Amino acid sequence: MTEPIIQMKNIEKHFGAVIALAGVSLDVVAGECHCLLGDNGAGKSTFIKTMSGVHKPTKGEIFFEGKPMQFERPRDAITAGIATVYQDLAMIPLMSVSRNFFMGNEPLKKIAGISFFDHKFANEVTMAEMKKMGINLRGPDQAVGTLSGGERQTVAIARAVHFGAKILILDEPTSALGVRQTANVLTTVDRVRNEGIAVVFITHNVRHAMAVGDRFTVLDRGKTLGTAVRGEITPEELQNMMAGGQEMATLEGSLGGTV
Amino acid sequence: MASDVKKSAAPPEDERVKEMSRFSKALIRPELGAITGAILVFMFFLAVARDTGMFSPEGAMTWSTVSAQFIIIAVGACLLMIAGEFDLSVGSMIGFAGIVIAITSVSWGWPVWLSIMTAFFLAMSIGALNGYIVIKTGLPSFIVSLAFLYILRGLTIFGAIATTRRTIIGGVREAAEGDWLAPLFGGTILTGSFQWLADIGLLDTFSRGSREGQPIVDGIPMLIVWAVGLIVFGHILLTRTRFGNWIYASGGDAQAARYAGVPVNRVKILMFMFTAFCATVFATAQVMEFGSAAADRGLLKEFEAIISVVIGGALLTGGYGSVIGAALGALIFGVVQQGLFFAGVESSLFRVFLGIILLLAVILNTYIRRMITGEK
Repeated sequence: MTEPIIQMKNIEKHFGAVIALAGVSLDVVAGECHCLLGDNGAGKSTFIKTMSGVHKPTKGEIFFEGKPMQFERPRDAITAGIATVYQDLAMIPLMSVSRNFFMGNEPLKKIAGISFFDHKFANEVTMAEMKKMGINLRGPDQAVGTLSGGERQTVAIARAVHFGAKILILDEPTSALGVRQTANVLTTVDRVRNEGIAVVFITHNVRHAMAVGDRFTVLDRGKTLGTAVRGEITPEELQNMMAGGQEMATLEGSLGGTV
Repeated sequence: MASDVKKSAAPPEDERVKEMSRFSKALIRPELGAITGAILVFMFFLAVARDTGMFSPEGAMTWSTVSAQFIIIAVGACLLMIAGEFDLSVGSMIGFAGIVIAITSVSWGWPVWLSIMTAFFLAMSIGALNGYIVIKTGLPSFIVSLAFLYILRGLTIFGAIATTRRTIIGGVREAAEGDWLAPLFGGTILTGSFQWLADIGLLDTFSRGSREGQPIVDGIPMLIVWAVGLIVFGHILLTRTRFGNWIYASGGDAQAARYAGVPVNRVKILMFMFTAFCATVFATAQVMEFGSAAADRGLLKEFEAIISVVIGGALLTGGYGSVIGAALGALIFGVVQQGLFFAGVESSLFRVFLGIILLLAVILNTYIRRMITGEK
């Protein structure tokens, strides 16, 4: 295996008296999809927020491309090439797709010494990128609010990739989606991974994880329960690990293996 | 702007993406309601008040000037509302800035340019403080600026009485004589052209009195120049710059904007400062026009600004709106206020009209919002 692009070592995060993360380690290699699994409250969100610069870890080290890194704010992480797509905060519904696509990265054009938003360029790029991702737009000025949840996730992913993300963190991108839309997002994840981008995929749905994941790390109560490689673990084992083993096995029995 | 790109990159048609009718497309422009409203208002007054002198040069100058006043504060309120915040202290800020100019120039004998600059500095600092408190506490700007509505009004009256024992301070015009900055707010431009129009007989002249031979409208007041300048500035800033995209984003969803790297706090605080700037422009022009400042000036102006903006198609929740729309909203405001006067209608009915048009505008905006976002 090649050198990991990011290594998180023994990350701890305390919020006052609450220990949200009690030493989590994880590394991600370029071109892999690393799934981060765990039940609600396991610390998944807190963990990725330390990776994307929203939280500063209380203890622990982050190595990015072999060098120790400290992110003071999300902007630093974005500049370094770590992009995060949040489940419901990816896009602004009232703004056009093109304005959303370039939000925070507006292309500029100088006229008489003053910088203006280059709408022509933005519109062309947006249409081309959307076409690549298989989304049909009425026009680049169509509001994001008219897109489906899956399409919004796809636009957000396309945006991150377009702006040179090396690591793409997806925070439960499929949890609110229908079957067809989920499939579309998973296809997009696969495409992005094949372009050599490291994907961190957060989910609590084992089937979604198994569909695209190369490696799986399970978090429970702020700790790493272990990392498994694709093919060496069954969905059932993963499910049990997530749910804390024993009780789940009995529950599963009574529910007939539907969970 | 977008149509040529669309043709060049036409994707295969998706049967689920319904082609929008031209009418619906036009309807989701935020200005549409205000444009329709402005046309209706003009048609109405052309029908009922044509013979009253409302559309004569001096009549037109009165409603243009009144509209310009509304426009100046509406542009500030518009950008702030699109950025997702309100400022209810605009009216008190107008009184405050005016009194600052009068006290410093008349009572303390400062040069007027320094007084004006001081007023701008103080007002914009208070605007920044307003924004800072909103950002830091996370409280609704509605409540924070409501506090400033009272604080500033109280301070203004107190300051005026403590220094001059009056709430109306005159003598500013005399103090401003020969000042280099004051004409930027109180003067008129194009006086030569207007004299020329009068000389060739296109404009009526005074036939008696000390101003005999001078045109009855002697030029474009600086108020109107400021209004036009602010519309152009605000519109370009909002639609054609990076900062404009940040304004939309900050009001559309502040958290999503932050995650995308937009400096939301800076945008919002700057917009509070811009609103204070507009209020001070209004105050300075008014002080120069009347030659005096009064502690109760600007009463209810905050609501008139917000109403203009809402009539102009902006959403109260932020993230959507137009400066042109807000300006048209302010124009409707000014034309109706003056038009009812020309038509000899009881002036209290103006408020009835305002309430009704505000209600209609909000209902229309909610409908438009659903069309844009596809919500049910």
